[in-house]
Amino acid sequence: MRTKLHLPKDRVDYARQLARKISAPVADFMDRHSSVTVERATLRLAGADGANADGIPVPNLVVDQIRAVDPVLLEDGATIRYVNALVKSGDSVEALNVRIADGFNVMSLPLGDRAAIEEKAAELVLSSSSRIKDNRAHRDRKLEEFRDRNHKPLLYLIVATGNIYEDVKQAKAAAEQGADVIAVIRTTAQSLLDYVPFGPTTEGFGGTYATQENFRIMRAALDEVCEKEKRYILLTNYASGLCMPEIAAMGALERLDMMLNDSMYGILFRDINMYRTFVDQKFSRMINAHAGIIINTGEDNYLTTSDAFEKAFTVLASQFLNEEFGFRAGLPAKLQGLGHAFEMDPTIKNGFLYELSQAQMAREIFPEHPLKYMPPTKFMSGDVFKGLAMNTLFNFVSKATNQGIHLLGMLTEAVHTPFMMDRYLAVENATYVMNSMEDFYDDVEFRKDGIIVRRAHDVLDQTISFLEEVEAIGMFDSIERGLFAEVKRPKDGGKGFEGLVNKGPDYYNPFEENLKRELGLVK
Amino acid sequence: MHVIRPYGDTMDDGKVQLSFTLPVSDGARGREAARKLVLSWGFKDCEVVHSAPLSDEFSFYVAYGKTESSVDYDAMVADQASADASMTMDEVNEYIRREIGRKVVVVGACTGFDAHTVGIDAIMNMKGYNHHYGLERYSDLEAYNLGAQVPNEKLIEFSAKVNADAILVSQVVTQKETHVHNMTEFIELLEAKGLRDRFVCVAGGPRIGNKLAVELGFDVGFGRGTYADDVATFIVKKLAEKKRL
Repeated sequence: MRTKLHLPKDRVDYARQLARKISAPVADFMDRHSSVTVERATLRLAGADGANADGIPVPNLVVDQIRAVDPVLLEDGATIRYVNALVKSGDSVEALNVRIADGFNVMSLPLGDRAAIEEKAAELVLSSSSRIKDNRAHRDRKLEEFRDRNHKPLLYLIVATGNIYEDVKQAKAAAEQGADVIAVIRTTAQSLLDYVPFGPTTEGFGGTYATQENFRIMRAALDEVCEKEKRYILLTNYASGLCMPEIAAMGALERLDMMLNDSMYGILFRDINMYRTFVDQKFSRMINAHAGIIINTGEDNYLTTSDAFEKAFTVLASQFLNEEFGFRAGLPAKLQGLGHAFEMDPTIKNGFLYELSQAQMAREIFPEHPLKYMPPTKFMSGDVFKGLAMNTLFNFVSKATNQGIHLLGMLTEAVHTPFMMDRYLAVENATYVMNSMEDFYDDVEFRKDGIIVRRAHDVLDQTISFLEEVEAIGMFDSIERGLFAEVKRPKDGGKGFEGLVNKGPDYYNPFEENLKRELGLVK
Repeated sequence: MHVIRPYGDTMDDGKVQLSFTLPVSDGARGREAARKLVLSWGFKDCEVVHSAPLSDEFSFYVAYGKTESSVDYDAMVADQASADASMTMDEVNEYIRREIGRKVVVVGACTGFDAHTVGIDAIMNMKGYNHHYGLERYSDLEAYNLGAQVPNEKLIEFSAKVNADAILVSQVVTQKETHVHNMTEFIELLEAKGLRDRFVCVAGGPRIGNKLAVELGFDVGFGRGTYADDVATFIVKKLAEKKRL
């Protein structure tokens, strides 16, 4: 790639080294721990599904049954008990799920022959892994069949009705209007639920529950549009909150294509315990990597809560950290949709040049990553006409810097959840801008000592100073002291801390072992 | 009497710009349906200037209508928290020192399942919004921002603990009237605990009006375009008024 910003390579390498050093102690911690949702995600990969009459999902029932006997037992992992119940009862996975939902306790059976358990587990690992690989192969086949039919960058639209069947209508319309990516935004409460609801859902607030059945319904609907439009439509959901890895598992099984998945978002913006989040994000990313799912990281959040000009370096620092945590989970660069956003105060003089600079900087520092670029939200107002103009500039910067995933801005961002026509106007705006500047990226360079080039160098320098500070203090302490996003999160505070699990000497998780093998993470 | 109508380019021409979606395919029949619809709303004249398909089953219209309806501007009563201009941060601090003589404690949160901190942050965070500093920056205020998804129960408990003078409730999501439900529950809980009179209760959000907030039992409601200075001014004046009683 030809550079337009002339960023010093040794400085960029140094920033990456800092990120590696910062994440090393965190990685040690992650390797020694599991969590209730990691165990439940594993059970889901094994086939545990369904819910009891009170709506408590089978994976939660199993984990709760184990903890009820003795919390320490979970240090061996939950899989062994579930597989043991399969072996001893001779039930199929489906039959056992029904029995567990009806009240059967897997702990009522003593552990049987280890070899039989391992044999059964190997069969289950193979079964889920093959399903995930088939999904991946299907996606690759369709992307190949419809190659060059998607926009560049991919146009990303959100639906959020609360009712999966209504979402389907909106999503199909959005895809027909030109969207390449459909995200079904989640109901506002879901990130803090320590379980994943079961079955199709029709009631949510500001979004729709992520359930495996909802995933399946939307996937089937979008597959129809794919054939009609001769364009692969990528489906996105949120592997975030207290059930990160479970949602990743469901998405892998139902062929989702992207997942919002950030290594620190839950800690900073949802007050989820830091240890829990780090453990959960690792397992969720391993699943995403295995499934070929592109993650979208949440750097835009740093800019909506703080000043986008002053705090630009927090975005780049977070990108380096997300990248490093991604690599540690076996996630290659091409699956890392690192995030950033167009959120500067529109009254800043030369604001456009700074946005252009920072977007180009992300492009050059992360050349293989499908960067996820987020539209203006903070300074959007009831003036929908001004909003449309701001989105036009955003569209311009995105195309001018060759971004990967382009979340379309809505002119009614500050007014209501998007109307169908709002999405149409967004697509129209983007396709107009992007077509008219198709080869801008290759054709235009920046002045070597100009505002755009200088800005990128400044942000990189600030980022390195910040990473040096974090490296000196340590990651956990840095979060506790409020270095990230100006929020302080105590180490043992936040939601979900009690769901953290030590891995005992006999910890057994054949699904994790398989993921590590598949991803080349075994030394 | 001051009769007014929308203004296009000539006084009283009554020109209005409209855009909407219809659940039919695009075409001459859809455009006629759009025109008839606009006329049915009382417009005397309608021109559908643009239509486009949104999908096989939906289409988009831009139309201009001409209305003869009017209102008497002199008879308008605005739904506003305060007719007076708000004080600046320095004036508020000065007012607190003069009229109240101690630090004023303010607790804010976005309540219920609403996960949007953008509103409460704009009002409370040090940095503020659009060059209006947030309440945390006020030297004579002690401000606690509890963030989002805070249960009403917890907000009240915390406010009592820190001896708050005022509680700010932010509500952004209004889908299915969740904001009304949340705000009502908040006031009912306060009343059940006999604490309603202890606090100045302020509601805020892009779709919260003063009228609605007062109806639900708050002292005031702030909508779109509100800054920290407006909220602070209301709180300190209300406290001074309470003190005088």
